[in-house]
Amino acid sequence: MFSVFLQFLFSGLTTGAVYALVGLGFNIIYNTTSIINLAQGEFVVAGGLLMWFFVESIKLPFIISAILTVISVGIIGYLIERLTIRPVKKADLLMMIMITIAVSIVLKGAAMFAFGKEPYGYSPFTEGEPLVIGGAIIQQQALWVMGITFLCIVFIYLFFNKTILGKAMRACAINPVAAGLMGIDVEKMITTAFVLSAVIGAIGGIAITPISLMEYDKGAMLTVKGFCASIMGGLGRGRGSVIGGFLLGIIESLTAGYIHSGFKDAVALIILLAILFFRPAGLFGSKEIMRMRRF
Amino acid sequence: MTRNQFIAILILLALVFVFPNIFSGSYILTVAIFSGINAIVTMGLCILMGYAGQVSLGQAGFYGIGAYVSAIMSLKYGIPVLFSIIIASIIASIAALLLAIPALRLKGHYLAVATLGFGEIIYIILNEWGPGGPSGFGNIPHFNIFSIEIKTPYQYFYLVWLIVILLLGFSLNVINSRIGRALRAMHESETASASVGINIPELKIKVFILGAIFASIAGSLYAHFVTFLSPSGFSLFYSILVLIMAVVGGISNIWGAVVGAVIITVLPELLKNFREFDVLAYGFILTVSLMFMRKGIVGIITEKLGEKRCSR
Repeated sequence: MFSVFLQFLFSGLTTGAVYALVGLGFNIIYNTTSIINLAQGEFVVAGGLLMWFFVESIKLPFIISAILTVISVGIIGYLIERLTIRPVKKADLLMMIMITIAVSIVLKGAAMFAFGKEPYGYSPFTEGEPLVIGGAIIQQQALWVMGITFLCIVFIYLFFNKTILGKAMRACAINPVAAGLMGIDVEKMITTAFVLSAVIGAIGGIAITPISLMEYDKGAMLTVKGFCASIMGGLGRGRGSVIGGFLLGIIESLTAGYIHSGFKDAVALIILLAILFFRPAGLFGSKEIMRMRRF
Repeated sequence: MTRNQFIAILILLALVFVFPNIFSGSYILTVAIFSGINAIVTMGLCILMGYAGQVSLGQAGFYGIGAYVSAIMSLKYGIPVLFSIIIASIIASIAALLLAIPALRLKGHYLAVATLGFGEIIYIILNEWGPGGPSGFGNIPHFNIFSIEIKTPYQYFYLVWLIVILLLGFSLNVINSRIGRALRAMHESETASASVGINIPELKIKVFILGAIFASIAGSLYAHFVTFLSPSGFSLFYSILVLIMAVVGGISNIWGAVVGAVIITVLPELLKNFREFDVLAYGFILTVSLMFMRKGIVGIITEKLGEKRCSR
């Protein structure tokens, strides 16, 4: 009985890791621009599909494929910012959110055009016996997913708190005008934010695809769940979105296991609505900060 | 309604009257019927976006409620179709009310994401609990009033487009009424309009419910025309399609909804050879119209006409 619970818990942690990464991606862009990038989930899809392309289709070595994938998705993030966000910078936020939706459809369409509707997968990073803890089985790839997520979290924490570039990006979030007056190149920071969050998404996609496979239309659901994760923790709070992501993954996997697998997506959405309605500042956020925000 | 708008409606009425007598093929009429159904949903979103400044990504949810509730009521419980449609729109407006009260207290992006979540929940419910599950169900009664069945594309074309015109006239009246002026004032400045006594949350909720009712009516019309429903037509993609229709036509003018709906419904039929291409094409159309023609087709045309009149 307990081993079954443990099994659900581990699989929840694995999917939760990806939600946490998408949530982090949301926060990076939101924190520098106040935009909610609804194309965030598409970065994960692009990561998984391009990795398949490099590894399985043109049979490049694993590490080179991973690097190429991360670079390509980073370029996608860069292009999105340069081609769609920067030219309309003076538009209101409603326009911005609609543009990110438009971009997500373009990416989804491109993925469908290039890869078709089939799901894709490749072999796990390391072959080997799965781990057994308390009767529950953990695939080695699941450990990779969690380990990589952990590394990303640490990297982002250090980046935003210890480097000049990261601190400059945080300054843009607090007050772009003042940051500009202090000599921070705000436009460059916004570009960096898009590239960084695209890269984070791609890493998530590369890691999770051997477990859950990847197909062209997974992006929208990942976006919603990543948003749910970051809103659980309070939008804009990095640590919050990580906890939110794991929590969401676990709740989802318990629902699928104990109630009904068809409702696993509904649970995330109901949590999302409940938090929006009752605690818009998130489980860990404060109301005062919420009120200070531009939207 | 101003005089110009009245004339425009009369022209549309004449077009609608003539159209099926020129193009009598059932394929063309069916496409025209779907254009009309989409136009109804889009008009609702257009008022919400263009006049109340709120975006909804969940219109497919209300559309689905309209289709499923009305179909189930008439098929399983033998309720006359007309009443089924009314019951469906009441349920859709209750859902809209429950969604809008908490969401509209929040700012900007939140309504978009909340409606997106709502739409997806409805989609999942239709898949899990809807009759026939993901594969859907058929034998839905045709539309009928007092035992007169309306089922051929020729008849249904008139039914749908007369409802489009009716709702268009209704929307124009709303826009030109006190509520419409309040909406425009709210769009300019929420603080200023609140200070002159406009109850902003109440206004937003009303418009949101109006949009839901429009979508629900359209969904019911869809159900009683095709007489077969499956959840696939009520996914997030439909909500986004409606958004594209509204943006392409122009959100600041209710006529834009009709024009946009017709264009976006007809376009894929013209581009049938590019089947795999459609999602990409939709994405590009939305991106380009958002970036370069924010006023939409109708907005640009009226602007050009206005310039001409000034220069004369």
